[in-house]
Amino acid sequence: MANIGVLIENGAEGIKETHFGVITAARRSSGGVFFAFLLNGDASAAKTALETYGVQKVVGVTAAAADFGVRPELQAAALAAAVKHFGITGLLGLGSPRGRDLLARVAALLDAPLVQDCLNVNLEDGTVVKSHFSGRTTATLRLKGNPMICSLRPNSVEPVPAPATATVESFQFPSADCGRIRVKEVKKSSAGALDLAEASVIITGGRAIGASDNYQMLRECAEALGAGVGASRAAVDAGYAPHSMQVGQTGKTVSPKLYIACGVSGAIQHFAGMKTSKVIVAINSDKDAPIFGKSTYGIIGDMFEVVPILTEVLRKRRRQG
Amino acid sequence: MRIYVCVKHVPDTAAKITVVGGTGFAETCKFIVNPYDEYAVEEAVRLAQKVGQGEVIVVTVGKEAAAASMRAALALGAQRGILVKTDSQFLDSRTTSLALKKAIERDGAPDIILTGKQSVDSEGMQTPYRLAQTLGMPVVSDVVKLTVDGRNAVIEREIEGGGREVVEVGLPCVIGATRGLNEPHYPKLPEILQAKKKEIKLIPIAELGLSPGPSCTEIVKLEATPERGPARILEGSTREKVEQLVSLLMETEKVL
Repeated sequence: MANIGVLIENGAEGIKETHFGVITAARRSSGGVFFAFLLNGDASAAKTALETYGVQKVVGVTAAAADFGVRPELQAAALAAAVKHFGITGLLGLGSPRGRDLLARVAALLDAPLVQDCLNVNLEDGTVVKSHFSGRTTATLRLKGNPMICSLRPNSVEPVPAPATATVESFQFPSADCGRIRVKEVKKSSAGALDLAEASVIITGGRAIGASDNYQMLRECAEALGAGVGASRAAVDAGYAPHSMQVGQTGKTVSPKLYIACGVSGAIQHFAGMKTSKVIVAINSDKDAPIFGKSTYGIIGDMFEVVPILTEVLRKRRRQG
Repeated sequence: MRIYVCVKHVPDTAAKITVVGGTGFAETCKFIVNPYDEYAVEEAVRLAQKVGQGEVIVVTVGKEAAAASMRAALALGAQRGILVKTDSQFLDSRTTSLALKKAIERDGAPDIILTGKQSVDSEGMQTPYRLAQTLGMPVVSDVVKLTVDGRNAVIEREIEGGGREVVEVGLPCVIGATRGLNEPHYPKLPEILQAKKKEIKLIPIAELGLSPGPSCTEIVKLEATPERGPARILEGSTREKVEQLVSLLMETEKVL
């Protein structure tokens, strides 16, 4: 019997929209009890949201140590112990920076097979689909061993509710060994809390943005779109945007419903980071820009003219409801 | 201070990948040092310079052709290299980690091990963790800043939403580098020439006596990702184009 578990890695901050896609993907493979492991969070408070998506058992995972929240090694050890305790055969989590870090720690501890950043998973037959060579090829991998551990690229599976009734349990890891790593401080970005990799809409400015102040124009449009703001490598290299905003090969890999690229030429390395987006819109004044060859819709025009009109039209339509 | 840097030889990020035989690819394309590993090499060299008595050793698990990328890493300032020779580009990351561990342990006691947070070919995102586990060391990945003070390291790592986490860890440890850690320099001609003379020790993987365990991942199919078609170019005045676009996104695509 396959007992599948989903990891909610940021228990203290609450469940994110992107978690429901992960839960949906995991649920399809669940033959036995469908678990959710909430790390360092309030399992009772999460129950209603989780059972809407089919979770049958919500387990709050903690350890005796007071500084559990800042001890990644202890968190991983507690999670690995819970996985063993509940006989989990497949563990799926969100491919967020935190999710990937924890799952890799758990896989290393359990010497279990792991595939990160999956685009789809089938834990029944142990196969997953993921990008290889920065999206130029797609690989189907088989995981051999137990438990199978995977992280899913945010937004790659559409969330579908499937109501169930869940019970709540807590799992307290007895060890007091805190590990060797301690988180001293968390520096939040001024750019806002919305993580680019998890945004369902993204608007990106390329080198043509010309100055860091000009991102304000994109931020205004992003507000009307409910979007995150990204940058191309060329814009980051030119010093117009921080690396944390970079989409592409050596930046973030994103998979939003809608990706709007403004003044981005469309290098293969940029596509590596956003080619699995559902709809790609290119706005560029150069009609020969490679990006027009691989997008859904194109507007040939100056972004400084197009974007403010886009913002205005979006605001107007939103007001009309 | 003895610093090991694990480097992978990977196809260039812009190279065309041609799938061969359903699970492999034509290895005739241009290869480079895995970009994330390049940050690791640069950081190791700077760290060695800073502490004075430092040795930087590049360790690679790969085919014999990987020596070319190792030379590029040596040109950045590493002193010597160890190549664990395999017959395949793709190795399960469990096996890779074990091979790296054995090769490093045979050579000496590391004070710190640096590598990239992931490779750009198989995108496994786990070798630093497995390597650390087999060596019994702590690991911190997605690292954008590293400060070593005696036997202690203060590290900044990238987290969600463009934020950073400051973590403290004792040496020895494994570090997974990402973009932002440094800007690798372009090697000068003398550095490139010197690199040609530096030692690369070859160890066939069979000599390491690895005993691969039961759990792993294997590629069952590799296929070219279908290319997206050309954009539908919207016509009219700027305002007309934008109005059309918004209607398409809201009504046809339903993404807004």
